[in-house]
Amino acid sequence: MIRLEYYLIISTLMFFIGIFGFITRKNMIAILISLELVLNAVEINFAAFNRFLYPHQLEGMFFTLFGIAITAAETAVALAIIINAYRSIGNININNLNRMKN
Amino acid sequence: MDFSNFLLMGQEIGLIVVFLILFSYDIIGSEKSKDRWFHWVACIEFAILTVWGFLPKPAGEAFGGMFVSSDLTVLMKNILNIATLIVFLQSYSWLNKENSLRRSEFFTITLVTLLGMYLMISAGNLMMLYIGMETASLPMACLAAFNKYKEKSAEAGVKYVLISALSSGIMLFGLSFLYGAMGSFYFSDLSVQVSGEPLTILGFVFFLGGLGFKLSLVPFHLWTADVYEGAPTSVTAYLSVVSKGAAAFALIFVLYKVFGGIEIVWQHILWWLSVITITLGNLFAIRQTNIKRFFAFSSISQAGYILLGIIAGNAQGMEATVYYVFVYLFSNLAAFGVISAVEHASGGKTSIAAYNGLYGTNPKLALLMTFAVFSLGGIPPFAGFFSKFLIFMAAGSAGMYVLLFIALLNTVISLYYYLLIVKAMFIKKGEIDAVKHFSSDVYNQISMLICLLGIFATGILWGVFSKLYF
Repeated sequence: MIRLEYYLIISTLMFFIGIFGFITRKNMIAILISLELVLNAVEINFAAFNRFLYPHQLEGMFFTLFGIAITAAETAVALAIIINAYRSIGNININNLNRMKN
Repeated sequence: MDFSNFLLMGQEIGLIVVFLILFSYDIIGSEKSKDRWFHWVACIEFAILTVWGFLPKPAGEAFGGMFVSSDLTVLMKNILNIATLIVFLQSYSWLNKENSLRRSEFFTITLVTLLGMYLMISAGNLMMLYIGMETASLPMACLAAFNKYKEKSAEAGVKYVLISALSSGIMLFGLSFLYGAMGSFYFSDLSVQVSGEPLTILGFVFFLGGLGFKLSLVPFHLWTADVYEGAPTSVTAYLSVVSKGAAAFALIFVLYKVFGGIEIVWQHILWWLSVITITLGNLFAIRQTNIKRFFAFSSISQAGYILLGIIAGNAQGMEATVYYVFVYLFSNLAAFGVISAVEHASGGKTSIAAYNGLYGTNPKLALLMTFAVFSLGGIPPFAGFFSKFLIFMAAGSAGMYVLLFIALLNTVISLYYYLLIVKAMFIKKGEIDAVKHFSSDVYNQISMLICLLGIFATGILWGVFSKLYF
């Protein structure tokens, strides 16, 4: 049987790969994908903790379900806003979003 | 099903009713009637909701402890209501001259974010808190990108939505460890089980990162200046007062109710956070040339002062924090009322240089701005002095004298940069293209009048406030 530790290692790796991608990527869509990694890592965590440590209840699973729904909403809003930015700057490179640097 | 639970959600249901009425008016009403009446209807309706909020409300827990309502949560929601009403009043020129076709969107989206903030404040469960926070921050990104044909606004929207999603991811990561350590999301269960074991502290630190983003505390503040500058001025006002106030209230409840048992741990963390937040916010505010960026950094340092009250960890600290936000609302919104009036009259100027010689052309606006920055800086006859005094008292009651000293030093720095604006308005001569004499619209005048009353009255009446609610 796969032990809890392996789930936690996977989720922590995913989380930090996501953070790394968020910081280093220049393409806004790639940044959004990195964010998905972060949020999915969290959902693995909830499900694994629930399954292994508190098998008599379902709170963690419910949190996972809510988390997935909210993440989907977040992605939709972010995509809409990125399209809006594309209209104004002509590409989706995050480096070109520098109108307010001073 | 027991419908009596819904009685406790009076303010939420009231808000949803306001939302539905505005939404259906938007669909049914003709363009002509909306041009004439929509803003008026929205403001009147919301004013009724605000006044109704002050009537006595039942207290208790609903839905098995998911939702908590008490006198304190009702008061906090009322404070947010007042601030939102003032923002609605201030948005008249902007909405009706530039965005008349999407006027109703501003109101409906704002009301949804407000609903999310209500849920954050009333949460009795970490999942509820998370859902409230997302309900508040997702539509907020749309508001930041509201002027969708302006590059700056689009940029502000992208920055806000990406960083808010990342911060909620970090917060959730913390929540998952808290769940792993304690096995529940209910505040009442968590407060019993919380202990200083490493997993809990790890979870807490991540969790605080998420809330720190909403409050724009210093390591998490990098989005603030850009979003505040790029977003439409009314949205900036909303972000800097309502969103920040709601996050501060939610932080109070989480720290006191859930993590009350490990006070030693979070007092250390908050000590450092508040020192660097106040100091860096102040230092960066000095070198700003855009007034919206300037108030962004000023609001960062104000968030540090809010932490000063929270850090005390006792009832006095809680009272001081709520009162601080209440006073901050009037002072900051008065400043934003002037900013949006000047911006509108001068065709979109937001540099501090545009305020040169404002006293000569528009003495009333210049005076109001002066009162507002004096109140933010904490000069005696104004309300800001009393709220700062209470905050410092609370930190002193917890024995944090070093922190108190640093905060006092910072008050002096903050006076310096607040006076820069006063100097620009009163001493410097205006350029040839300076703002001419103008009169702002009636809605904005009402909002500035409310703020003026607030700046003077809330300071003198703090004893009444304290008697009524604490």
